[in-house]
This record gives sequence, structure tokens and C-alpha cells, in this order.
Amino acid sequence: MVSLNNLNRKLLGQSLKSRSARAGFLFVFPAVSMMLLFLVTPVILAFSLGFTNAKFASPTEPSFIGIENFTEMLSLGQVSVEADPNDENVAYDNLRTYTKPSNASPYAGMQILSESYSADGTQANFTVAGDALFWKSLFNTLVFAAVIAPLQGGLALALALLINSKIRGKVFFRTVYFIPVVTSMVVVSILWIFFYQKDGLANVILDALIPGFEPVSFLTSPDLALPAIIFMSAWQAVGFHMIIWLAGLQTIPAELYEAARVDGANSWQQFRAVTWPGLRTTFVFVLIIISIQAMGVFTQINVMTQGGPLDSTTTFVFHIFREGFRKNDIGYSSALAIVFFVIVVTISAIQRRLTRDKD
Amino acid sequence: MKKKFSLGLTIQYGFAIFFMLLFSLPLLFMISSSFKDPQAIFADVKSWRAFFPVGDVNFDQYLGVFDRLPLWQFLFNSIFISAVVVLLGLFVNSLAGYAIARLKFKGQNIILVGLIATLVIPFETIAMPLLVLVNSLPRVGFENGSFELTTGWLNTYLVQIAPFIAWGFSIFLFVQYFKTIPKELDEAALIDGASFFSIYWRIIVPLAGPAFATSAILSFLAIWNAYLWPVMVVQTEALRTVQVGLDYFWASTSEEGTQWGEIMAYSTLITVPIIIVFVIFQRSFVASVASSGVKG
Amino acid sequence: MIKTTRVLLAASLAGVLAITGCAPATNTGEPVKVSMWSHAAGNDQEIATVKEAITDFNASQTSYEVVLEEFPQESYNDSIAAAAASNSLPCIIDVDGPIMPNWAWSGYMQPLQISSTLEESLIAGAKGYYNGELYSAGAWDAALGMLVRKSTLEKVGARIPTVSEPWTLAEFDGLLKAVDATGDYDYAIDWGNGWTGEWYPYAYSPIMQSFGGDLINRDTFESADGAINSDKSVAFGNWFGSTFAKGYANAAQTGDRTEFIAGTIGIQYNGNWAVKDALEALGDDLLIVPPPNFGSGPKIGAGSWQFGVSSTCENAEGANQFIEFILQDKYIVAFANRIGLIPATAAAAAEVPNYAPGGPFAIFVELSNQFSVLRPPTPAYLKISTIYEKAVADIINGANAKQALDAAADEIDADLADNKFYK
Repeated sequence: MVSLNNLNRKLLGQSLKSRSARAGFLFVFPAVSMMLLFLVTPVILAFSLGFTNAKFASPTEPSFIGIENFTEMLSLGQVSVEADPNDENVAYDNLRTYTKPSNASPYAGMQILSESYSADGTQANFTVAGDALFWKSLFNTLVFAAVIAPLQGGLALALALLINSKIRGKVFFRTVYFIPVVTSMVVVSILWIFFYQKDGLANVILDALIPGFEPVSFLTSPDLALPAIIFMSAWQAVGFHMIIWLAGLQTIPAELYEAARVDGANSWQQFRAVTWPGLRTTFVFVLIIISIQAMGVFTQINVMTQGGPLDSTTTFVFHIFREGFRKNDIGYSSALAIVFFVIVVTISAIQRRLTRDKD
Repeated sequence: MKKKFSLGLTIQYGFAIFFMLLFSLPLLFMISSSFKDPQAIFADVKSWRAFFPVGDVNFDQYLGVFDRLPLWQFLFNSIFISAVVVLLGLFVNSLAGYAIARLKFKGQNIILVGLIATLVIPFETIAMPLLVLVNSLPRVGFENGSFELTTGWLNTYLVQIAPFIAWGFSIFLFVQYFKTIPKELDEAALIDGASFFSIYWRIIVPLAGPAFATSAILSFLAIWNAYLWPVMVVQTEALRTVQVGLDYFWASTSEEGTQWGEIMAYSTLITVPIIIVFVIFQRSFVASVASSGVKG
Repeated sequence: MIKTTRVLLAASLAGVLAITGCAPATNTGEPVKVSMWSHAAGNDQEIATVKEAITDFNASQTSYEVVLEEFPQESYNDSIAAAAASNSLPCIIDVDGPIMPNWAWSGYMQPLQISSTLEESLIAGAKGYYNGELYSAGAWDAALGMLVRKSTLEKVGARIPTVSEPWTLAEFDGLLKAVDATGDYDYAIDWGNGWTGEWYPYAYSPIMQSFGGDLINRDTFESADGAINSDKSVAFGNWFGSTFAKGYANAAQTGDRTEFIAGTIGIQYNGNWAVKDALEALGDDLLIVPPPNFGSGPKIGAGSWQFGVSSTCENAEGANQFIEFILQDKYIVAFANRIGLIPATAAAAAEVPNYAPGGPFAIFVELSNQFSVLRPPTPAYLKISTIYEKAVADIINGANAKQALDAAADEIDADLADNKFYK
């Protein structure tokens, strides 16, 4: 084989190169031209709208406003005001003298992002933002991605190992685990709304498992809504990643396991020495795919919570959607999309760099 | 030794069954509920009855679905659109994937990086510009017995198909997979004088079953579940798809109210066929995954 | 947006592609097709009446043929927006009353040209005016009321309120407390907060107005500051939020709302469309009573789905003829009988058994006549609606009412300034 390879290169030389270049161009042409037309063109249009104040369905001509959308989106400020430990409204009323849009203040029109009080309660520190939801949705999305990546990826691997073991009925189990993947996210979301009710199944089960458990309504609790949606999302997609892990597992030669067993390795040591290194490419693939999907989470939010309660489940794409489609603010929505794009590409690039070392 | 072994296996079965319940119960709930009246659904959700078709079981919800919308038309549209996108997409995307993974040409790397970048664009952000774009594209229409050139793609199958054939994720999948096929295979064929296309068609495609299966399943699901785009470009019931059909059951502020029972029946009707197709299809899907293991 | 994208597109496509317009309908002999969209797909009863009217209209003359396309309500507004962006609006559209000014301002619609006799015969809640011109007219209006069991009120010793003497805030507060204290119900009241979207401003902004607040300053329609966040609006927010905080109402309600009939809810705030089921289930025990007077008199929302003509309609004459046709008492009666809403003319109401004087639903006509308020007829309403929905949802989930309503005021005012006050 090796000598044949060398022979190839000598024999085929230049003409092969130009043939390859021509064929390569021809083969990518259909896909690339369609993507240029249906994806890149709209993206360029959408992105250029990010520098305008365009409104959907407005008879007013849009105009170019430079980076104004971005300065509003990213602006942050710190305001310290007097507070009254006995009356929570005092601090807010004081802050309001700065943030009320009609007042002359650098913080006019800004929204509360977070607040903290001095130990004696006489001073309040507010962080205000031009678009508090931008920061909240960014935070929620990062939490979503950071939690779901290990949860979903790990659970998928565990399932793949289970399926790959000696149990009977593999095909059956594998099929059942994959079924949520082929069910539409809208349908899945509707079903889980029922389970997450205060008298729904999630509470019945938790009540049976945990003595003295107080039933909660998951989707209306600001603390529990996002975790509940994360769990459901992992449930829905884990079967897909299980299949990818399975494919990876089956590329590991059986001889390696035999050799490890001969060396007296137990199951865990086999996993560490053979399985995990053999899954490296799969790992990178799964990680990147989960992250990209997680950053774009939208459907379940739209169906289940509309971003609530108290913004606790507003994700970045949901924010983009609401600004653009519900408030018709296409210009600002496009600016958000540009920032989103930059963030996700950056995260993907970092992930690739971090996972590339051994390749 | 033997005893320990079976204990481990018991635990494995325990987990396998636990997860089986976890993954199937919500769908059992959906199917069971589709045979119940809405009041019964809400009453049963508080107990294990939710998962079983017990109580007053009937087909009323299904009859209601058939009364409310043209189910067969919607199903046909969804199946037709998804099938065409999948078939054309497999060809176009695998061909591009082959070129990027195994041929050498200018701009190859830029295209790959560009493809990966397209994966992160949420469709919601480009839907509006895309709408305006397709509305100004020319199209050959068949009207009054003759072909004529018209403008605008709205209210066609074409507009629900064409934009989704080329898909970065699918190309990316093929690139990754094709890279794992030994290069020696095509080089030997090249020496025999085979064209690049015949290498793709006769050597690469037959070896890439898992990539095709994965790509097919994912693009099928993406199209089957599409909602926003059909709402925007379809203005006639005759071309509507099953996901938009779900909207027919939400009528909060009207006499009839939201039809939870019918939603369950309709969800079952649009989900179970896919599950059946998958169950049939998955034997070859997973078999090809397994065979790739032997060859890789 | 439409224009920008057009300009950008034209530049990027370098004139290769022509931009489309509506196909002109010049014709001889054959009737001219007039396209019509309805939001009522899936709603058998409503669509049946629309179809009847279309069949009759098409048979009644030879100039025009109305052709119907049905859309589900859930995504109807998105379909209209997409159609406007792609210049493919039909001739006749239907439009939710409060949204109409926005569509008119956006250039989707043209004023109606219907007979003044018809215009005058319609009740206020079935007509939509923008800039002094009639843009939309409908066959019905809806009204809200409180549904409660007579037996519940007897048990807690509360009086039955009347249109002339509704409950006061103090009375109603006491009633909620008493109903809650009986322990017979999971929740004292069902506000319908499980429904989303337009329901929020439709159902809750009249309560805020009954407190003396409002969504926007209605003198100029140029500022929400001092209206939506006025002391009285905040008082509404505090009180409304307290009904959830005290456990009288369920913040986690689902969209079903069958609990009242099932007997696990004491009082239900709902529309006349929901009464038929309740009446069948409860019979004589069911009371329909006016919403409480929270200070400025009881208030309920007005303005439901109405018909209009699109701005790109080339056969506006035919479209207007059809709208006049479908607003005949005959069809208004059919709509009212089938979908249970308030007939748009007094003459039609007299022919509908439920709404005729003494009929079980007659109180809704009275409520509608005496207490109904329109949501602000301004193009800004589309945004106000979304912003207000979020503010109320936040309040239900425990947000500070003053802060939530201040934030809403800021956001509405910023939007008004952004859009040059929708002039």
C-alpha cells in the first residue's frame, strides 16, 4: 500500500491536481450556491439591519444609526443611593430619580439588573443596564449550556455504555431511549407542562421518593423553571447523543479490551485506559454539537414559559425573537443576533482549541 | 465470580428499565390521554392513571381532529416536503462533503470554516429577509394549461423545500465521516482511471451508511418540525404542514376553548408514524453504525 | 423593514430579479375574484357562518366571487405580517379590534366604504376607527363578567351584586377571603392567567382602569408615564398581585379553566363565550355578575374580531359589498347563536334567544353597554399589549408592582419616541 501511494503521486502529479480542483469546485457548487442564496444573503441583510433603526411594518423610512443599537445593548452603570432598612421602596424611589427617562442623568432610561444593600441597610447599590434582558438572557443561556453539556453528554455516554454492555434486549432499549428525539419539541414541551404542574406527575414522583416533599409548580418558580427546562431538554435530546457515542464505542477495537483484561484491568481501568481515549473525537463532536444546540435554545421556552417567570428562562434567542417578531424592532433584534453570532463562534473556537491539543 | 457478575448485570437491567420508563412515560401519557376527555386528562395527571388508557376510553378526540382539519392533506404535505428535502439534501450535501474531505481545491478551508459558522445562525434571525428574498425570485408556474414565468415563491412546495436542501450541519457530518474512510481506497481507484464522481458514488457512498442515516434522520426531523417558515410562506390550507396544524387546537378565548384532548390525539397522530418509521429504519441505521465499527 | 430589505435586496441582486405586485384582475363576464382570509380555522361554528355568507353572496350577484382561505388564530397575525412584507395580502382580512390602528398605520388597510345606516346600527364595540375613519366592522363583541355559584355566595353570606350596585373593592376582597376560608376550593378565584397573549391586556387593563389607572395617557397618546405607572395603576398592581400572594388565585394556572365547572374554584373571571358550558353544568346555581367597582366604576374590555379591507385590494368595491352583506342581521344572528358572542346590532340581539331581554346572557349586553372601554386606539397598542402582558405576568409572579409598571412605562415611552409617536 505504501509503495503504491508513492507511485500514485509520481504518476498522477499535475493533471490529477487540476482534475481534483475542477471536480472539487463542481461538487461543492450546488451546496455552496444554495447556501449563498438562501442563507448568506439573508444573513448579510439581517446583519446590515443591525446598524439601522428599522422597524417591521412601519411606514417610517429606516435610517442608519451606526453602533447605537450596540451601545444601548451593552451599556452598564453603577448607582449608589440612600436606602431605608424599614421601607424597601425608598431605595427604588431614589434610584428612579436617575433612571426615569425624562430626567437628565447619564442613567436615564436604564433598567435594574441587580441590587445589593450595605450591611446596615442604609445604602443600596444598583447595577443598571441599557437592556437588562440582554444580560439576563445571556446569563440564562450560558447557564443552560454549561449545565446541559455535561448532563446530557454524560447521560448519553452512560446510556451508550449500558447499551453496549452484555444486557439482552439492546435493540428494544436503544429504540425506547431514542423515541423522544423523534418527537417534536413542541409536543414534548406541551406534555411536560402537565408534568411540571403543582399537582402533576413530577411532584407525585418526588413526593414518593422524598419524604416530606412540598409540591412545587416548577414552571412558575423563578428558581426552578430553568432547571426544569434544562432537565426536559436533556431528556428530549439525550438519545441522539447516545447514538453518536455508540458509534464511537464501536470503533474501538475489541483487541484493546482483551489486552487490557489480560493485564488484569478492572472495568473502570478499562474505561480509563481504552474507552475514554478511544472516544476522543466523538467527545469533541458531541461537545460542540450540544453547545451550539444549547446556545440556540428557543422552542421549549416559547411554548412553556415565554421567558418567565420574572425573566428566569429568557434565553438569548428568545430575546432576539421577542424583540424582532413581537415588538417589530428588527434593527435592534438584528444587532442582538450579531452579538449572539460572535459569542457562539467564540465559544466554539475556544472549545476547538481546548480539545485540539492531542490531535 | 459468577455471583458478582450477575449482581452487576442486575444493576444494569435496573438502570436500563429505569431509563426505559423515564423515556417512554411522557409518550404513554400522550397516547393514553388521546383516548380521554379533557376533564379526565386533567384529573388523571395527578396519578399513575395518566399513563394508562383507563376510565372512559373513547375515540372522540380523534374524530374531533378529523373534523377540525384536513389531516391527510397535512400529513401528505409534511411527508412529501420532508422526503424531497432529505433525498436531495443527502446527495447535494454528501457530494460537497466528499469534495471538502477528500479533494484538493482552492477555498476548501474557507468553505469549511464558513459552513461551521452557519451552524450557529438561528433561523429566527434570517426568516424575514429570506421571506422577502424568495418572494422576489422567479419561478416557472403552471397556470391555465400552460407554463409561464412568474415571480414569487409563496404558496408552493418549492418554497418549503429549496432553502433547506443545502445544510451546513449535514455537510459537516459527511466531512467528519468521510475523513475516517481510508484514503488508499480512492487512490487505488484513481490509478484504475476512475473519475472522482464514480469514486464518490461507488466507493465512498456505500461505506458511509451511518453518515447518511444520521443526516437523513436529522434533516427529516428538522423539516417535519418546522413551524415558523410554513406560517410565513404558506397562505393556503392545501399546502400546510402538520406542525402548523397544532395551531388549530389553540383557541383560548372562544366558545370551544383549547382542545387539550384533541391536542393529545393530534400529537399522537403526527408522532407515532415517525416513531414507527424510525423503528423500522433504525435496524439498518444502527446496523450501519455497527458495521462502521468493524471497518474503522 | 419591508422597505429596507427591499432596498438592500435590490442592491444585492442588482436588478436581476423583478419585484412583484398583485396580479391585476381585469375581467369580462366571469366574476372578479375577491380573496378573503379568516382567522377562524379549526373553529367550526364560526367558519361555518362565514362560509354560508360567502356562498350566499356569490350566488346573490355576478360581479364578484369571494374566495376564502382559513388560518388558525394562533399564528394568524404572523401570517398577515408575512403577507404584508411580501405584498401578498388578500382583499378582505379580519383583524382583532385593538390591533387595527396598528395595521392601518402600517399601511395594511384602507378605510371601509359601507353604508352609513349600517355603520350607525352597529354597537361601539363592533366598530374600529382610526384617525376618524372607519377601518373595521364586526358582527359581534365580547364581554367579560364574573361567574359564581349562588350557593357559594349564600354559604359565605355575600350579597348578589347587580349592574347598578356591583361589589366594591372592600366587599370583593372580603369575599375572596371568605371563599378561601371555606376550604371548599383549591383557589378562590380563577383570573384566567393561564391564557397568554392579548388576553392579558383585554382582561386586566379594564380592571386597572376601574382602579383609576390606564395603559397610556389618552389625551395625546404620546406617553405612558403617569398612566400605566400612576399611583392608581400601581394600586391595581399591588392588589392584583396580592390575590396570588395570598393564595386566592393560582399563579401556575394552566390554560384549561374547567376547574370552575368542576367545583374546585370559587369565582371565575371569564367571557360570555364560556358561559354556555357553565350554564349547562350548573343550571340555576350559576350567576353571571358584573366585575367589581374598584373605584372608578366597573370596566370591561370591548373590541373583538372585525372585518376590514387591505390597502392592496384592487377590488375594494367588491370587498366592501361583501362586508355589508355579511353584516346583515341574518348572519349576525347566526354568529351569535353559534359562537355565543354579543350580536353587533340591537335588532339582531332581539332575535337571539340567549341575548333577547330576559335571556340568560342578556346581562352581557347590559355590561357591554354600560361598562365597556376600548383598549387605546393607537398604533402603539401592538407594543403596549406585549409590554403590559409581561408586566402583569411579572406581578403575578411576585414582582414589585411599582417597579414592573415603571419599567413598562419606560419601555412604552421609548418605543413611542422611536416611532416618532406613530404620527
